Amino acid sequence: MTLIQPARTQRNRLVLAAVIFAALAAAPALLPMFRTTLIARFMCYAIVAVGLDMIWGYTGIMSLGHGVYFGLGAYCMAMYLKLAAADGGIPDFMQWSGFDALPAWWAPFANPAFAFAMVVLVPVAVSVVIGLLTFLHNIKGVYFSILSQALALIMSVLLVGSQQYTGGSNGLTDFDTILGASLSSPVTEVALYYVTLAVLVGVFALCFFLVNRRIGKIFMAIRDSENRVRFTGYNTAVFKVFIYALSAAVAGVAGALYVSQVGIITPSDVGVSPSVQMIVWVAIGGRGTLVGAILGALIANGVETAASESFPDLWNYLLGLVCIVVVLFLPGGLMDLPRVPARIRAWLNRSRLGGGARLSPGDRAPASSATLSGKEARDA
Amino acid sequence: MVETLIMQAFNGISLSSILFLAAIGLAVTFGLMHVINMAHGEFIMMGAYTAYVVQNAFAGLGGAFGLYVPVALVLSFIVAAALGVVVEKLIVSRLYGRVADSLLVTWGLSLVLQQLARNLFGSANVGVEVPEYLAGSLVIGGVALPYTRIWILVIALACLLAVYLFMFRTRFGRTVRAVMQNRPMAAALGVNTRRVDAVTFALGSGLAGLAGCTLTWIGLVGSSLGQNYITQAFMTVVVGGVGSVFGSVFGAGFIGIGQSIFEFLTDASIGQALIFLAVILLLQFRPKGIFAQSSRSLEDE
Repeated sequence: MTLIQPARTQRNRLVLAAVIFAALAAAPALLPMFRTTLIARFMCYAIVAVGLDMIWGYTGIMSLGHGVYFGLGAYCMAMYLKLAAADGGIPDFMQWSGFDALPAWWAPFANPAFAFAMVVLVPVAVSVVIGLLTFLHNIKGVYFSILSQALALIMSVLLVGSQQYTGGSNGLTDFDTILGASLSSPVTEVALYYVTLAVLVGVFALCFFLVNRRIGKIFMAIRDSENRVRFTGYNTAVFKVFIYALSAAVAGVAGALYVSQVGIITPSDVGVSPSVQMIVWVAIGGRGTLVGAILGALIANGVETAASESFPDLWNYLLGLVCIVVVLFLPGGLMDLPRVPARIRAWLNRSRLGGGARLSPGDRAPASSATLSGKEARDA
Repeated sequence: MVETLIMQAFNGISLSSILFLAAIGLAVTFGLMHVINMAHGEFIMMGAYTAYVVQNAFAGLGGAFGLYVPVALVLSFIVAAALGVVVEKLIVSRLYGRVADSLLVTWGLSLVLQQLARNLFGSANVGVEVPEYLAGSLVIGGVALPYTRIWILVIALACLLAVYLFMFRTRFGRTVRAVMQNRPMAAALGVNTRRVDAVTFALGSGLAGLAGCTLTWIGLVGSSLGQNYITQAFMTVVVGGVGSVFGSVFGAGFIGIGQSIFEFLTDASIGQALIFLAVILLLQFRPKGIFAQSSRSLEDE
């Protein structure tokens, strides 16, 4: 990915995105209901992936903890759904824990407007705090990745630990209605499907708009050489916090859509492993392309479902090996497939020359990365 | 009151020693190669399963059963180190300078290794029987301190001593530190950096295997054993400072003792959250960890 993206590449990506969206829009008419809700779930993942691509593919911040924001959005939504199902009473798991009344901070979630606002605001608030604490003090690269992974661990530990408030490891489930409409009726399901698709298209459009503006160039410049951007007079921390919060908000919305359609959210959906998988979707699809993130999330999850239906054991081998092969030999992901022959030639040349592939971490100047077709020089 | 204090202090030190064992290999490879090895936890798991296999092999020997411990310790080191050599040659050596990518690749590897363990040993957790001489407890002032945990502490200290001697008292250790500080310059002066990388990675993996072997005494062995420790092991490295042996000691102590205190004051889950907050606050002042190597380089990781 060179700094200035040729307009043609961007147009091709738009066309590919349009094709994907058209196929997704047609899906409910062509597929049985069961498959449709499955695809709706994949679309929620695709929304997260687009947000992740903004911070990782474009800005170079590798967050291994986006399950946290997905989970915060999902739990905010689930609290509303749970209260809607409890119908003025208190949720079932709280009764089992011996509660007589609703905890004060649960009560406002009975109001859908409040809950929907929280779906966005809670992830944004948490991400801004985390972002300020890390980016302002120049904690970056791997250090940030490890901290974000720890954040995901903490999130799942806290959710399991405070069972009386969050349902523990069983999570929140047994929902009934959303805004008065039954969640199990086909009409609601199709409506939610199209809401999810609309959000996906909207998020993609917003991100596509951003990366083609001046601000997008700054993000890419931060990715390629943060120090140069700082020396040019930009406060990179502000940009990083902004984009991190944006992707958190996107993940929160995706989580809310997820829980309304899947009907359950548990700590194991938001912990360390799912968070890493989100990054892997982006890597498989092709980072720094936006449409690649959508493609990666849809295909990876589609294959996972297909594989686990017939060969449950094989999926882990497959995902693990795909992960290894893609990153080692296809750093641009699926989006880079058309350029594979040229890449193989370049790789052969480099290994024949020797040394070139073993640049030390210290001397990866962005100028040389642009000539090396780019991807390998991108650090965390 | 005194009993609780002793107990908590011992718990903290014990947890620290476990974290240190899990993290020391990581700290060395991370500092040397700038490769994040997410499969480090699976090296721990391999060591644990090696101990399980050795224990099974000794099961019929009656009185000689207790001898399995030293054999298991040595073998778990060797098995994990051998695996480390293979992984370094096939995968990690292609990834120098690509930190984020190394993370993804080794995560894929960890998935494969976990599934492999499930297929080889079954998905149910297995237990390793502790020999008699490790089974009891040392009673001090009315507090029972399990021998197993004391031995883990001893082994951790022995590993610390061994790594220290290796890094600071041998010629090879000096080249390792030289490569860590300035790879191109070390290479220019005739250090075979490839060999240094391979040997160090094997050593780091072997230490993980050793850690896995000791973990079998205090818990069950399963395919996800490594996952339980990996995130905290990374935190230990980050707190201490990448590539620093003493940093790992400090990081392990900070997280281990801190977590025991917080868990004692609150509960297990909030304790973990508090120690995470403490780590973030600590990094505000030392973004590269407490014992970070100072460097004038701008673009360092």
